[in-house]
Formats: sequence, structure tokens, C-alpha cells
Amino acid sequence: MYRILAKRELAPKIKLFEVCAPEMAEKARPGQFIILITHERGERIPLTLAGYDAKKGTITFAFNEVGKTTKQLGLLEEGNCIWNITGPLGVPSEIKNFGRVLCVAGGVMIAPMLLQIRALREAGNNITTVVGARIKELLFFEEEMKAASHKFYVATDDGSEGYKGLGFLKEILTKDKFDRCVAKGPVVLMKNVSEITKPFGIPTTVTLTPIMVDGMGMCGVCRVTVGGKMKFGCVDGPEFDGHKVDFDELISRQRMFLPEERLSSLLWEMQGGCSCGGK
Amino acid sequence: MAESKPKPKPKKEAVRMPKQEPLTRRQNFNEVALGYTEEQALEEASRCLQCPKPQCVSGCPVGISIPEFIKLLKEKKYEEAINKIKEKNALPAICGRVCPQEEQCQKLCIMGKAREPVSIGRLERWLADWERKKGNVKAEKTAQSTGKKVAIVGAGPAGLTVAADLAKLGHDVVIFEALHLPGGVLVYGIPEFRLPKSIVQAEVDYIKKLGADLRLGYLIGRIHTIPEMLKTGFDAVFIGTGAGLPAFMNVPGENLGGIYSANEFLIRVNLMKSYAFPIFDTPIRIGKHVVVIGGGNVAMDSARSALRLGAEEVCIVYRRSREELPARQEEIENAEEEGIVCKFLAAPIKFTGDEKGWVKAIECVCMELGPPDESGRRRPVQVKGSEFVMDTDTVIVAIGRTPNPIVQSTTEGLQVTKWGTIVADENGKTSIDGVYAGGDIVTGEATVISAMGAAKKAAQAIHEYLMKK
Repeated sequence: MYRILAKRELAPKIKLFEVCAPEMAEKARPGQFIILITHERGERIPLTLAGYDAKKGTITFAFNEVGKTTKQLGLLEEGNCIWNITGPLGVPSEIKNFGRVLCVAGGVMIAPMLLQIRALREAGNNITTVVGARIKELLFFEEEMKAASHKFYVATDDGSEGYKGLGFLKEILTKDKFDRCVAKGPVVLMKNVSEITKPFGIPTTVTLTPIMVDGMGMCGVCRVTVGGKMKFGCVDGPEFDGHKVDFDELISRQRMFLPEERLSSLLWEMQGGCSCGGK
Repeated sequence: MAESKPKPKPKKEAVRMPKQEPLTRRQNFNEVALGYTEEQALEEASRCLQCPKPQCVSGCPVGISIPEFIKLLKEKKYEEAINKIKEKNALPAICGRVCPQEEQCQKLCIMGKAREPVSIGRLERWLADWERKKGNVKAEKTAQSTGKKVAIVGAGPAGLTVAADLAKLGHDVVIFEALHLPGGVLVYGIPEFRLPKSIVQAEVDYIKKLGADLRLGYLIGRIHTIPEMLKTGFDAVFIGTGAGLPAFMNVPGENLGGIYSANEFLIRVNLMKSYAFPIFDTPIRIGKHVVVIGGGNVAMDSARSALRLGAEEVCIVYRRSREELPARQEEIENAEEEGIVCKFLAAPIKFTGDEKGWVKAIECVCMELGPPDESGRRRPVQVKGSEFVMDTDTVIVAIGRTPNPIVQSTTEGLQVTKWGTIVADENGKTSIDGVYAGGDIVTGEATVISAMGAAKKAAQAIHEYLMKK
């Protein structure tokens, strides 16, 4: 059992938990993830780490309430416990002095990006950050991101704040020279960013979030094609070369259980939507 | 009844195991084999000749005193009989169900020469079930605490066996399991209808009663490493991480929707209980026409699970012929009784999908058996121009599992083979002082009982190592 010490609503349906997990806090590195189960009948879901504090003995992660499990999770309050958490999992991000780094983050993945930006900055990089969301209401961590970056831009799909769409990235790339690009967010965003950076020859790292069950290399449901080869998102990743990832296959595989996920969520809501696991 | 003779000749045929009828059982996940009644167990036990030089014992990887426990059973001293088994085997309810006895103890039984061997496994199972049903399972700690501490990596058959043996000897034992439930392949791999999970839980509870501490959700290598554990208070480590990585075929279309590795399929169904979706949250999608690729026990388990999940037809595609099927004979019979069809001498070469990226057909090629390969089995060779297409909407790839690599890659100085298994001697000793390994992580994918046999030897070696230290 893992106790929730702090809960924050970052944006509508996007929540952040700080959980007591001293052993994990000591081992966690940027880019790694955890698998959690809310209750005995629950499913295993992967969530990218948004922070860790070895002194306090805590780990932090954010999630978007999209399905039954994340909605149930969102109902838990400070002092409540999560049934099981396994982590840290996956290969940590490569953190070194690349030079100038362009960081593009969208949606709930803005939270883990802040962790990575801080680590990259500490390693001596010059950071240009772009945060994106569908609409301005879904943006968060703007002040923190701004403070951690040398240059900071905002983009929304509808143009309600900052730039409209990611088209402006081309101008930034034409104006300034970058040594590295890091993208985290919805698959479509990472695909777009990778397509934009490719002609400029900027090595681009993306964080893939395929479906996972065990999250430690056993089931293979997270398999992705990278440079024509089969890789497992959980143990070979989650970070991969964005110029080599078959994003369309990933999008298709992410939708594999959509009907079941909708059914599960709908049934749960009809039954009153509580967090206890239906006991 | 004829008048009783002082020593009746034992019946040539074994007492049959009562089973659920095929048409009933293919619609549920309850255990197929129902177990003997007391009368049946006594009758079967009476067939044992009590050989002065028993062959059966040498066929048991953990060396259970078979004639002795059967004698006690015959005398209705059930408590003593199960304790006799537990001297050597901490998991009798499991072994009585999933051991391939026909290739081990029962293969050597002298009764088998005339007709049928004594059903040793079924008797072991009956005793273990008798004890569990009676309740109040005793866990006797015989030894005094030694003050030595051992870390066990993996709560599968090997890890649980080492834990039981070392706890009995008075050592402090901590088991680290990566998944959220203990049992390893016993909970994620073997289906409920062959090994009910409540039985695994009961055996784990027994090991906990012996004093073992169980930590769930600890992926060693990522959270703690073996060198760190040796530095922070553990006197020895046992690695029993198993062979849990799925093999794929490397043919086009393998990443289409509806294609599961057997591991994914079985983890969803067994560990996550998705057969009870949406009561349990993990989903599974099963189509009408299921194809399982492979011919081992995992293939049989997958095929029979698919049938129970509502598939209209399930076909096993195997590249060799019936004679070479690696699955247990009993499981093949069970599968066929339930209506599973086998397509022998065929192998997939390509998967094709629909516009939504879901698998709709498999292109196969016929095989013929050529000269034997290194394994001694005849090598399958493709027959030119024999391609054919099978319609399908769900494919389960059950062509083998490879060693879990994370411990090896995070333990400096640990010698590993080119297959990724850990190098260990016959007592499980690895290239690092105080680090032992056993089970599938050393041998590659094998049986539950062979892992337990290796674990017993390792436990003994660890004990000697600790007492010398």
C-alpha cells in the first residue's frame, strides 16, 4: 500500500499525486515510469514519473482522467492508499550536456517534462521550451516551465493562448540552431514534432506510451517498430529516436481495446462511480 | 464379492481421475481434474507394491520418499503422509497437479511395466488437498534462528522452494517479487482450470507461515540491485527470475491488432483475471476463429483458455507432427476432448489485417520433417509452393519464452551464457560469491518441478555457505 501525501488538480481532469515510496524515490531517474494498480480487481497502468524526492521519500506523477482506472484514481484523496505500485521501470532519459535543447511537451506529459527540463538544465544545456494543449484551460506549470527554461513558448490547438498549432516550430528551428529535441505528449504531437525536426537533422527523442500490462518485458503488448525492428516500450524504452518510430502503427495499437475501455468506464459510471473496486 | 485373499493382486489399471465433462468444462474456468475421493485414493494407494528398492524416488527431481508416503496413506495416517512429502516438497498441491509425473516418478514405477504405473501425482494431490480442506496447515520451524539473511529474487516455483527450505533451517528470508502477486508462472502462466490460484495462495501462505517475508512489486535490478543487497545486510542471494520474455516469429504483420504473445494472453487471463472482465478491469478481446501457434503446454493452455472465453473454433498450428508435440499427453487429450483442432506440419509466414489494423488472415506454408537437428528432433523444412491461407481474428503466439534479462544486465561480474541464462554449477553457485541461481533462469524454459529440484540443491548449498561464513 502506498499512501498519497499530496494531491493537486493541475487542470481540469489532470491531477498530480505525491506518494510515499522511499525505496523508489531513491532509485528513480528522469524518464522512468511506474505501474500502479488502484485496487485488487484493478488493471495495471503505466504512468511517467513527474518527480521524486529521496530526502522526503516520495515520488510524484500526474495522470489524465480518461478511463475507469484513472477516474477512480482521481477520486482518491490525501491519506488514501494505492494498492500497489511497481517502479521505477524503464530506461532513464539520457541526461548530459547536448548544447541547445528544444523541449516540446503537451497534455499530461507537461508534468514529467518539467522534471526532465530541470535535469537537462542542471547538466548545462540551454533550454527552449514549448508547451502545448488543446485549449488554454488545459495548460499548467507555465510559471515553473518558464523559470526552468531559457526561452519559453506556448501553443494551443485553437489559438486561445500563444501560437496556434505547432507550425511555428519551423521558424524557431530556422532562426536558432538546436543540438537536440525532446518531445513528450500525445502520439500525434510527437509524430508532428519528429516530422518537423527531421529535415533540420536534429536528433529527436520521444517518450512512447503504448498499452502495457506487466511493464517489465513479459507480455509484449507494448511492442513498437523502431527503425524496422521490434522493440518493447517498457524495457527498451520508453524513450526512442522519433525519426525512426512507426507512429501510425503505435496509434493503431493504442486503440486496440478502445471498445472494452469505453464499456468499462461506462458501466462503472452507471454503477455510481466509486473508488473501492466494486466490492 | 469373491472370498478375500490375504494378499490380493494389485489391479493392473490405475483408478481414473474424475474430470469435468468436456462440454461443460469448455464453458468455465473451474478446475478440470476434480481429484480423487478418499476411497479412490485408498484404492489407488493399495496398488503400490512397496518395492524394497523403489525406482520411483530416483525419478523425482526433489527426491520425495514416495513408497513411504503411500504406505502412510494406505494406513490412513494422512497427516504423517503429507508431512513425509513436505520434508522434500513445500508445494505438494501444485506439484500433484502440474508435474509431468509420466516422465518422472511414474515412468520408473514397476507397476508400469505390466500395465499402468501407480498414480503418484494424484495421491500427492489428494493428500495436499486433504490437508488444505482440513484447515490449520502446520508450518513447523524446526531450527533456531541463525541470524543470517537471504534475499530471494522471484516468487516463482524456484524462489518459493528456496524460501521454504531456508526458512525451515532458521535463516531470515526476504522474497522480492516483481509482479503484484506471488507465484510467478504459477499465477501468470498456468490457467485457473489446471491450477486454481487459491491453491497457489495457500502454498504461499504456508511459506509465509514458515517466516518468509514477501515484498511485492519489486523489480530487482531497477529498484535494488544484487550488489547493493549484498552490501546492505543480505548474506546471500538466490536468483529465480525465470523465463518470462515472449518470443516472436519475426514475420510480417506480427504487430497487427488481435495478435497476442501467449504471455500477454495468459497474463491478462490468469494474473489479471480478464475472463471476469468487466468485474476485473483488465480487458481481453477474443474473436471467433482463434489460431494458436506452437505445440507446448503453453500453447495448449492458451487454446483451452480461448475456448473458454467464447471462441467458436480454436486451431493449433504446429510446425512438426503429432509425435513431436512437446505438451504433456494428458493436456493434448484434454484439449482435443474439448474440441480443439490441430493443424500439424504448418508454419505462419505472414499475417494480413483489415482496414482497422486488426488481423484477418494468416498465410502458412506446409512443412515436412527432414533429418534430426541438434535437439534430436527432426527438423521441419518448408515445402515449396504449399502456401495456404487461414481466416482468423485472434492469434496467440506460443513459441517459447526466454530468460528475464534485467538482473543479469544490472549485476556486474555475473556470468551469463549467449542465450542469456545465468551460469551456475550443479548446486546453483554463480560466478559471484554468495549469489546462487536456479530454475528457468539457469536452464531456459523447463518445468515447475525441475526448477524446484534445482532450488532444493541451491538451498542446501546456500545453507552450507552461510554456516561456514
